[in-house]
Amino acid sequence: MATLSKQDIGKILARQGILIAFAFFIIGFTLANGRFLSPDNVMGVIRSSAILGVMALGVTFVVISGNLDLSVGSMMSFSTIVVLDLHDKIGPALAIPAMFAMTLCLGAFIGFLVGYLKLNSLIVTLGMLSAIHGLTLTYSGGQNMDIADKDGTWFDVFGQGTALGIPVPILIFLALAALLGIVLAKTPFGRKVYAVGGNGTAATFSGIKRARTVFLCYLMSAGCVATAGLIQASRSMGSQNTVGQGLELEVLAAVILGGASLLGGSGTIFKTVIGVLILGFIQNGLLLVGLQFYVQFVVTWIIIILAVWLDIAAKRGKLWSNIA
Amino acid sequence: MTDQTPALRLEGIVKAFPGVRALDNVSFAVMPGEVHALMGENGAGKSTLMKVLGGIHQPNEGQIIVGEVPTVMTSPLQAKSKGIVFIHQELSLAEELSVAENIYLGELPLKSFGRVDWAKLYAQTNAILEKLKVGFNAKTRVGDLSIANQQMVEIARALTVEAKAVIFDEPTASLTDAEKVVLFDVIADLKSQGVGIIYISHRMEEIFKITDRISVLRDGQYQGTVVTAETDEEGVTQMMIGRKLDLSRAAVTHELGDIALEVRDLSCGKLFENVSFQVRRGEVLGFYGLVGAGRTEIAETLFGLRNPSGGTIHLDGNEIRINSPADAIAMGISLVPEDRKGQGLVLGMNCRDNMTLPQVSDLTAGPFVAEGAEIAIFDQYRDKLDIRTPGWKQTVGNLSGGNQQKIVIGKWLSMHPNVLIVDEPTRGIDVGSKSEIHNLIRELAAQGYAVIVISSEMPEVLHVSDRIVAMYSGKVMRTFTSEEVTEDNLIQAISGITPANKVA
Repeated sequence: MATLSKQDIGKILARQGILIAFAFFIIGFTLANGRFLSPDNVMGVIRSSAILGVMALGVTFVVISGNLDLSVGSMMSFSTIVVLDLHDKIGPALAIPAMFAMTLCLGAFIGFLVGYLKLNSLIVTLGMLSAIHGLTLTYSGGQNMDIADKDGTWFDVFGQGTALGIPVPILIFLALAALLGIVLAKTPFGRKVYAVGGNGTAATFSGIKRARTVFLCYLMSAGCVATAGLIQASRSMGSQNTVGQGLELEVLAAVILGGASLLGGSGTIFKTVIGVLILGFIQNGLLLVGLQFYVQFVVTWIIIILAVWLDIAAKRGKLWSNIA
Repeated sequence: MTDQTPALRLEGIVKAFPGVRALDNVSFAVMPGEVHALMGENGAGKSTLMKVLGGIHQPNEGQIIVGEVPTVMTSPLQAKSKGIVFIHQELSLAEELSVAENIYLGELPLKSFGRVDWAKLYAQTNAILEKLKVGFNAKTRVGDLSIANQQMVEIARALTVEAKAVIFDEPTASLTDAEKVVLFDVIADLKSQGVGIIYISHRMEEIFKITDRISVLRDGQYQGTVVTAETDEEGVTQMMIGRKLDLSRAAVTHELGDIALEVRDLSCGKLFENVSFQVRRGEVLGFYGLVGAGRTEIAETLFGLRNPSGGTIHLDGNEIRINSPADAIAMGISLVPEDRKGQGLVLGMNCRDNMTLPQVSDLTAGPFVAEGAEIAIFDQYRDKLDIRTPGWKQTVGNLSGGNQQKIVIGKWLSMHPNVLIVDEPTRGIDVGSKSEIHNLIRELAAQGYAVIVISSEMPEVLHVSDRIVAMYSGKVMRTFTSEEVTEDNLIQAISGITPANKVA
């Protein structure tokens, strides 16, 4: 039994492949550029991953419940634009809750369509990706939003502040990760999310209100998106209408990299955080070794496809399928 | 026959999966011109053995010998090229294509520039069809054929190579009696051509009609091969289950309590109409009928999955309305559904989480799930129901069917229901666990539960029930007491023969 069969190796790769590949990346990047693992750089990576990370936390719930959320990118643009606009009109103290309320309404609408009307989440959120983009442009009249008096407000604390020497976006990301991690792993709601995603019919047969559970997952996702929009707005104090464009796929990539199955029923918040960091470090490493920014897109997508492959390989217990 | 080289021989095949030895040293041989039955309970290893033969699984030990050549199988297609052909229970035909195209799919005869040589294709096909003496030709669209004829196409496909051994997997599952006769003729024909045939079926009648020898698997182990003419159904059954199956009536007699559930004139569209019955605490009420008689639909209505179109439901004398499974569960009505894997369990979840799923919102300490209390519940019902699992962390999907069913039953018992409805309690469960589940149902009644058992197996329903409701086409034909019921009058009732005015 000392030797590993091909199948065993396949399984190990499927379970740990991403971490192994990540280790090679880290070693390679560190050899190529000594700054890669410096505290400054590590902190920088985590900070720049925080927005993506906060969104990925919410999407993790949606994915575990067996659905997709492709609307988070344009929803984040919406939140950012709205909070920047309202900041100058009603002040930050009112702008923030107003923006959260509006974003949660969008989440509730999606949750209603997917949960209660049982529409396909891919179609609904793909449609909402465009619809919310249109909504944002209508709201802003296509103009960029800027805070007029950038020095006379405390609004910059969420994106630029530090506490205990740690950037606030990192603190928000980690605190939210801890909170949602506990919600998912330790509460009845979290258990129901796994049950609904693992086998929705069996969950219904156990008296679980499936529609409500799915609805709440989208609401949580919208809440995370609003938080991400707040960090984004606060960091840049001004924004284009397209600030979140494309993030939905990066978020999904991070969640899948973390090992959540697109079929639902598996994944954890901790793994998603790992997925977010892997994505961040790889993108940063590629920059440090001098690759063009645009190459990142290619590599990111190679990684996503690799992750999907490993996901499927883990399901069937081997890397290759017998059936051609 | 003894001096011949076997058409196909398996020697000491071992196939292990994590935690299970699915095949343990299986050896047997099929002679040319022999029909060799392969029998065994569900989970005995028949499918795994077929997958090993077809190269879908590689054996850990042992070898497959075709004729005199030890052969490593890598795929069903490669097995076919070696002369080992499978006829599956589930057909895999392209309905929109012609018979000829289906038979030669992937290996169509070609002319220059990759054009199909239709003339040659049809000629070849018709030659094969002639051998099979079927009533359709090469150009017929497969979708227009009956299931039986589609199966003939599968067989024809098998005959495009010089088959040494043909494996039939439950071939008669969807055939009418007349169609079976045609199939058996074809098998006899193949046999006379010296092809070795492995015939997998649960149907004793067929086995004794057409096979020469019978090999039996039990729990992955080869139990031996007998000559069909020298044994009988009882002998084979004993080989399959390792002992005689006790299906006598359960001897438990105990006092019945009050009426727990009463249903009056309940209807649900055309699924079932004017159904009335009552079940007392301490009683097992059986529901028997053909598939589609409306039994499962009644259970689903009582569990809040369907809305009744008429009639009333009374629990402990009070009329109740059930709008969702959550309602039903709150009122103490529980359903162990017929599709254990699809409806009963979240297979990827562990044993504990599955068992406590319906009450997870109530098992809390502050905002959190009280995992200690959950484990206590799991331990209690693992011991009570004798669930064999390494521990609560075990993924339910890894358990055997019997243990999975016990998890579902434990899930509801731990909530102390008023009424427990069990739909097909032993479907897909091996014989040993079957009688355990039967005993458990009797015991639950003795403890004062009101139990409704729905079953398509007559021995089962006779074995566990105190009274039996016979259903036909959405209507209650008759309710039998255990003294009144016989196999004959029960069969008549569910076939719609007994007049409805005999309702007890």
